[in-house]
Amino acid sequence: MINGRRVAIVAGVRTPFARSGTIFRDVPAVALARHAARELLYRTEIDGREIDEVIFSQVVPSLLTPNVAREVSLLPQLPPSVPAYTINRACASAAQAIHNAADQITLRNANVVLAGGVESLSDIPLLHSRRFSQILVDASKARSMGARLAALGRVRPRDLVPVTPAIAEPSTGETMGQSAEKMAKENGITREAQDRYALLSHQRAAAGTADGRLVSEIVPWFGGAGMDEVATTDNGIRADSTLEQLAKLRPVFDRRYGTVTAGNSSPLTDGAAVVLLMSEEKARALGYEPLALVRSYAVSAVDPGWQLLMGPALAVPRALERAGIRWSELGLLEIHEAFAAQVLSNVQAWGSKAWADRLGLPGPVGEVDWDRANVMGGSIAIGHPFAATGARLVTTLANEMRRRDVQYGLVSICAQGGMGYAMVLERT
Amino acid sequence: MPAFTVAYDNAIAVVTFDLPGEPVNKLNREVMREFQELMTQLRANAGARAVVFVSGKPDTFIAGADIEEFTRLKTRTEAEALSRDGQELMNLVADFPRPVIAAIHGACIGGGYELALACHYRIATDAPKTQIGLSEVQLGVIPAAGGCVRLPRLIGARAALDLILAGRTERPQKALRLGMVDEVVPQSILREVALAAGDRLAQEGKPKRGTAAGATGFLLDRTPMGRELVFRMARKQVLRKTGGHYPAPLAALDVVRIGLEQGMAAGLRAEHERFGELAVSPVSRKLVQIFFATTALRKDDGVPPGTEVQPRRIRRLGIVGSGFMGSAIAGTAVLNAEVEARLKDADLVRVGRGLRAATGILDDRLKRRRLTRPQHQRLVALLSGSADYSGFTRADLVIEAVFEDLALKRRVIAELEAEVAPDAIVATNTSTIPIREIAAGARHPERVIGMHFFSPVEKMPLLEVIPHQETNPATIVGTVRFGRKMGKTAIVIRDHPGFWVNRILAPYLNEAGVLLEEGVPIELIDRSMAQFGFPVGPVALLDEVGLDVAHKAAKVMHQAFGDRLTPSGVIPKMLEDERQGRKNGRGFYVYHQGHKAGVDERVYRLLGVKPLEGFDLEDVERRLIFMMLNEAAMAYAEGVVRSARDGDIGAIFGIGFPAFRGGPLRMMDDLGAARVVDTLRQLATAHGPRFTPAPALLAMAETGAGFHSGP
Repeated sequence: MINGRRVAIVAGVRTPFARSGTIFRDVPAVALARHAARELLYRTEIDGREIDEVIFSQVVPSLLTPNVAREVSLLPQLPPSVPAYTINRACASAAQAIHNAADQITLRNANVVLAGGVESLSDIPLLHSRRFSQILVDASKARSMGARLAALGRVRPRDLVPVTPAIAEPSTGETMGQSAEKMAKENGITREAQDRYALLSHQRAAAGTADGRLVSEIVPWFGGAGMDEVATTDNGIRADSTLEQLAKLRPVFDRRYGTVTAGNSSPLTDGAAVVLLMSEEKARALGYEPLALVRSYAVSAVDPGWQLLMGPALAVPRALERAGIRWSELGLLEIHEAFAAQVLSNVQAWGSKAWADRLGLPGPVGEVDWDRANVMGGSIAIGHPFAATGARLVTTLANEMRRRDVQYGLVSICAQGGMGYAMVLERT
Repeated sequence: MPAFTVAYDNAIAVVTFDLPGEPVNKLNREVMREFQELMTQLRANAGARAVVFVSGKPDTFIAGADIEEFTRLKTRTEAEALSRDGQELMNLVADFPRPVIAAIHGACIGGGYELALACHYRIATDAPKTQIGLSEVQLGVIPAAGGCVRLPRLIGARAALDLILAGRTERPQKALRLGMVDEVVPQSILREVALAAGDRLAQEGKPKRGTAAGATGFLLDRTPMGRELVFRMARKQVLRKTGGHYPAPLAALDVVRIGLEQGMAAGLRAEHERFGELAVSPVSRKLVQIFFATTALRKDDGVPPGTEVQPRRIRRLGIVGSGFMGSAIAGTAVLNAEVEARLKDADLVRVGRGLRAATGILDDRLKRRRLTRPQHQRLVALLSGSADYSGFTRADLVIEAVFEDLALKRRVIAELEAEVAPDAIVATNTSTIPIREIAAGARHPERVIGMHFFSPVEKMPLLEVIPHQETNPATIVGTVRFGRKMGKTAIVIRDHPGFWVNRILAPYLNEAGVLLEEGVPIELIDRSMAQFGFPVGPVALLDEVGLDVAHKAAKVMHQAFGDRLTPSGVIPKMLEDERQGRKNGRGFYVYHQGHKAGVDERVYRLLGVKPLEGFDLEDVERRLIFMMLNEAAMAYAEGVVRSARDGDIGAIFGIGFPAFRGGPLRMMDDLGAARVVDTLRQLATAHGPRFTPAPALLAMAETGAGFHSGP
């Protein structure tokens, strides 16, 4: 408890997570965000006038709605007086949005906050080359038809090829996948270990879908021209996946010696997720039973040129220290799965003395017990809309902590830029 | 207290019109007298370089003529004189030696816009409340203070006819495009812009006005041949729309033509002559009565005056059943009342289809530019749906719109009561099941009420609100007020089989079936009612309603009222042949891609009749209409409607009973009960006891009382 305040996770929902270019192909990110937030309001039956702030996150912003949070807070179910802002902490964005909300609640600046994230990789801005942009600008400034034609006459076919933003580190030029490949090699993570891990992710996600635990967090999406193509589940989960199938896939980032494949990586995904947070006292005053409380959080960063996705190795012990609890007290873990190679590298780092020395930690953080970690699968199967994943992890963790009656739970996220994120939730 | 006050700003006279003791500005004798004096004074005052008219009312410029005064016009000469005085007044403005400017915010309709037309320059605000037009024909008259003559000169014959003949009002941007006003500005700078215009025109002189733009415009509006074409087309269109029952648009057409071809003075003369005729005509009288009735209904909450209630304000609507009715109710509520509407149905696919249909109502408005894109986006976000009752806890009004099945409806009411607040209104949308039966077993029957919407919900202007015996006043008032916010005229009906509209419709439709069985051709039946003034005939109406629905309703009515309503054998035979009407493309008529394409001749063989010739159209008409009239008299006597006013409005808005006849009860009053009884007796002798006159009519024939006038 800080400042006499504790922050409650009251509820969370998300849209189905869909492989990019599938059911949300024609849906702008803002529509996904609004849909999820609105359904959360209806499911919790909260009066919109209770909301003090909306914090959303988006990693690849939409050009027409750069502050997507404000479009969410302008839902007609909320008064127009609810302020809103949009943040970006790469793949830890929604966790960061929740964290910011928790900060504001702790500081008594807010009592009730909607926090979440949205990503649509079907809705990414395509850029023109600088040269082509310059030509268009010149043409628009031209004072005569002749000058305009002269400007446009400079266009060459290659200028028309759009520039797609790559998922690459600006500081190193290395793509995410190349980083995962490097980590697999340096940490000795085999192809088979990665494929086995991916298979487990799919099997657990399929089970979590079949028994309704994941479905209960998903708000239906009414798609298609007739709005009668209803999606209630994630479309990337493969219940029937096998090791043989996974083994057949060719490595993407290093075709000769690589081990990272499309099968053991998280796919490009569209979706939105959102969480309702309140001060514990406000939650009780409004008659809500909190799913869990936010106990601590921590962010770390490492040199992106080193092992890009190793941030959690530092963030997790830091969050545990702030929570004042030991690793062994954690009853549940939700680890973001960017790549199987990354998860297994993080797990290795948490469990080894050598890594502790290397990271300057007093000792190993702890061994992962897979009966208590990613019990409904993870991003490899469910999908990973960059800025939505954090809110999915928090929601799934909080719900499952309640089902299992667990006291402490952990969220761990690796993020672009060499960052790591960890959050500890507790139940009383 | 004077209606006009004058203030000076930069030597420009700003005249504020603020009619004391009235919510809106309107033009009556007293105002006209005062206005005339004012103009004379201003004319003499050389210090006033220009004149600007503004309104002192928040949301009206001038709503039009005082219609109360209208009803007091006894003779044609009186009416003519009123028009002539109005014209002279407007001439005072038009001929004013210095520029006169109308600064318009809010409704500027009828005489209000005629005043603006007489001014030399018109500026309107861009507010949605600003509506401009000449709506006189809707009251069975024509613009009579120079409007018929001035508007065509300003915006051309085509555009002027378009406005005057339909009695339509336009929003600011459209008015600007048409040339009805010279500028559109934000309300915050209206006065400033008007003063600047006054200053400018005082220096430069009154604006010179050009001709309608474009070659087509020139040919159609400025050449005798083009004009001939324009007027011929307009006349054809009017006749098609009115069936020749409404003389005002035709009169307006004549006056506009005379004004353009024979000059201002001749136009004005024709205008006041025709107005005089029309103002005291029966059609106008009826339309004015309907106007007053709807105006009164807008203030009538459906409970005795003085009843103290605090009805719930409706912000969120929950609708169970996302089918045809449920989705249309949701879309219409969102569009007009701007409430949240949440649809619930058994499965998500149905919910999705319902959301699509509801959204379609909004899309249609967007397409027709009645909504801007941001408005549309906001309204769409008010629509949502689910397969569970999430979002219903805080609903203020829930409406069940599930299939017409008593057990199902009761179950839904029970489910709803478990979700919603104890004082939320629980409404049931039914056309046949008594409300008290649906409410029986409810935990709080006092907040259960019937809402009978008509299809298509987004277009039909009527709502029947049906409390049962235990329904409390707050529920009635809340429902009526919400119905009004949805854009409906709401009438409160007694919980009696068929309520009002279907009650009087049933014997009429049934008689159409009897006529068919006798071999009267379908076209003839429908034509007779079109000639009577109905928008569609009864056979076509059956196709529209759906024969399955009509069949179900007919059974209910037969059960409730016995022999009089013994259904003809027509509909069962049609249903056996899988003919449900328009909805499955098979009915009395043939449908090609949703369009009606003539009578389906196979129907006669199906019914085992030969279409005969030589039927007396008048007899067909009498049989159909008097079945309806007689039933209306019975239902009225049973207290199904609270007043003759409600009964007539219900028939006009719910069935399309011809407005120029004033409604079924008004029509019987006009005929006199004795004559109605006579006709019914003749019909009973010729066609059977179902025409036996209602006891109420017999009594009225004795006393000479009427439905509207009372005993």
